[in-house]
Amino acid sequence: MGTDHSRIVRVLVTKVGLDGHDRGVKVVARILRDAGFEVIYGGLRQTPQTIAETTLQEDVDVVGLSMHSGGHLTLAPAVIGALRSRGLEVPVVVGGIVPERDRALLLEAGVAEVLTPGASGEAVVAAVARAAALGAGAEGASSGS
Amino acid sequence: MSGLEVDPVYGPDDGEFPGQWPYTRGPYASMYRGRLWTMRMFAGFGTAADTNGRFKELLRSGGTGLSVAFDLPTLMGTDSDDPLALGEVGKAGVAVDTLADMEDLFSGIDLAGVSTSMTINSPAPIVMAMYVAVGEEHGAHRRELAGTLQNDILKEYQAQKEFIFPPRPSVRLANDVLRFCTAEMPLWHPISISGYHIREAGSTAAQELAFTLANGFAYVEAAQASGLPVDAFGKRLSFFFNAHIDFFEEIAKYRAARRIWARWMRDRYGATDERAMQLRFHTQTAGVSLTAQQPELNVARVAIEALAGVLGGTQSLHTDSFDEALALPTEKAARIALRTQQVIAHETGVAAVADPLGGSYFVEDLTDRLEAEAEAVFAHLDALGGGSILEGVYRAIEDGWFQGEIAQASADFERKVNEGRRVVVGVNRYQEADEPEADILYIGPEAEAEQRRRLAEVKAGRDEGAVARALARVHQDAARPEVNVMPSLLDAVRAYATIGEVIGTLGQVFGTWTERAVV
Repeated sequence: MGTDHSRIVRVLVTKVGLDGHDRGVKVVARILRDAGFEVIYGGLRQTPQTIAETTLQEDVDVVGLSMHSGGHLTLAPAVIGALRSRGLEVPVVVGGIVPERDRALLLEAGVAEVLTPGASGEAVVAAVARAAALGAGAEGASSGS
Repeated sequence: MSGLEVDPVYGPDDGEFPGQWPYTRGPYASMYRGRLWTMRMFAGFGTAADTNGRFKELLRSGGTGLSVAFDLPTLMGTDSDDPLALGEVGKAGVAVDTLADMEDLFSGIDLAGVSTSMTINSPAPIVMAMYVAVGEEHGAHRRELAGTLQNDILKEYQAQKEFIFPPRPSVRLANDVLRFCTAEMPLWHPISISGYHIREAGSTAAQELAFTLANGFAYVEAAQASGLPVDAFGKRLSFFFNAHIDFFEEIAKYRAARRIWARWMRDRYGATDERAMQLRFHTQTAGVSLTAQQPELNVARVAIEALAGVLGGTQSLHTDSFDEALALPTEKAARIALRTQQVIAHETGVAAVADPLGGSYFVEDLTDRLEAEAEAVFAHLDALGGGSILEGVYRAIEDGWFQGEIAQASADFERKVNEGRRVVVGVNRYQEADEPEADILYIGPEAEAEQRRRLAEVKAGRDEGAVARALARVHQDAARPEVNVMPSLLDAVRAYATIGEVIGTLGQVFGTWTERAVV
């Protein structure tokens, strides 16, 4: 499988866990769509397994998780685990109410980018673009193309 | 300061006054001279024992009412030992699985002497039953219990999204609580019709006003359809609005809400008791207006928003803590927020005169315009429902109309902030390069482990046969729409059935709801 760098980046934006606060995730979906990404809105109350399944089915390049419940240190690694267990090296971007001290822990756990409250539209687009480039690199390396 | 005497209210002799139809200027003639608003601070985190400590501290600091924040698993009717609750137990509120947790939560607090607000919706009837059971264990009869249950399920489909069952059986459950309280709990407010979450989801002030009141009309129609006379329950309905940063528009919103409610309750629903026409409301400052950047500035935002709530005539008020864009508040931040209300109440003099902005050309014009915008929404919903607001609201939820309107307003606002057309100090103007890391409340994984241990202990000590029999009765009563589920829920919680078990039983009858995603 080769990597087609010219194709439009496909981003899954979704909520994981029980939290239903969806103002942020919807705003981010629109920002990314306006910036030219292909956005798949995964909706509410997804589990790590349903997110991995959607990522596989929809051929997603970047997974964006919106979290406001305080459960990010448990749930983000669980999503990464579910993706990796299916052989998906797709980068994960976390956005939401993440205390500064948790940022390093999320990055250590394999999260590609962390966006916190007040992040500008430009910052959101830049973070997803960096994550997509990272993913494309990883895919290129692993597929040996 | 100069000692000039002021009158309790101002206006022309032939004008409208507070306490008079249509109550634009306030539900009571004397307003805060008669009684200050209730300073009710929303709190909850970790285990019930953790939150019990915060409640006692708030009461010691001069708070005059309790307000419970439940964690997400509790709000979603999911037990702490359910895999879906992983990582979220005790994080954004207090974890409650069984009556044992409610006993811990209110341990050492006189429930006949305090008023309690409980912010919960899908599992609201179960939590109401638990509160009644704890009160009775303390020796407080249910007729002595004062407080508010949010129990506003309609706005969950529109905004906050903490729904479990489909809209129709959910409204039946909300109405069962209303019927129970109307008959047995004269000091309780069984539904708090909430615009707060609609606004936090990104709506405009006009949408918050219109959608909230439409939901109010829907509950009135549901109650009347179940045979309750409007004068019997109308006075027990209360409202909950946001106080956002656009100062005068917020004040006008509260004034318009009172006028609309009075007109609709009298003219459309036939209320004759004036208390059923007087809109009373709780206010919370806008969490969404707080910034993670330079968080100390939030103290100023909260003070201005709280002042709007007071000038708009609120009956109770929660002030957000300055650190809430970062995490749940620390004790110190929560105390500053409460003290902000005390400064407004006791230093500024604003409590001396009712509706001090009544008669302002600007505020009166804003009030009229918000009312007209809301009336246009009611007309749309009424047409959609074929002459029923309740049916119109169901239909608009199913079609994703509310959700789409809110998402559009939210996107418009964010675009303005992004383009710098709307200034947010510290975010898109006057930024600081290096911000020190804030001192925040950190809830570790211990609370989750402790809560699981606690739940296992309760399950090990209960009579499983009694639990099974109680749940069977819940199932039976839920399947008969004319039966009120509250008595069977009381039996189930007293047998220490978990919230998850009761929700699961109700779900067998009602099914579950998945929203049509609207971006």
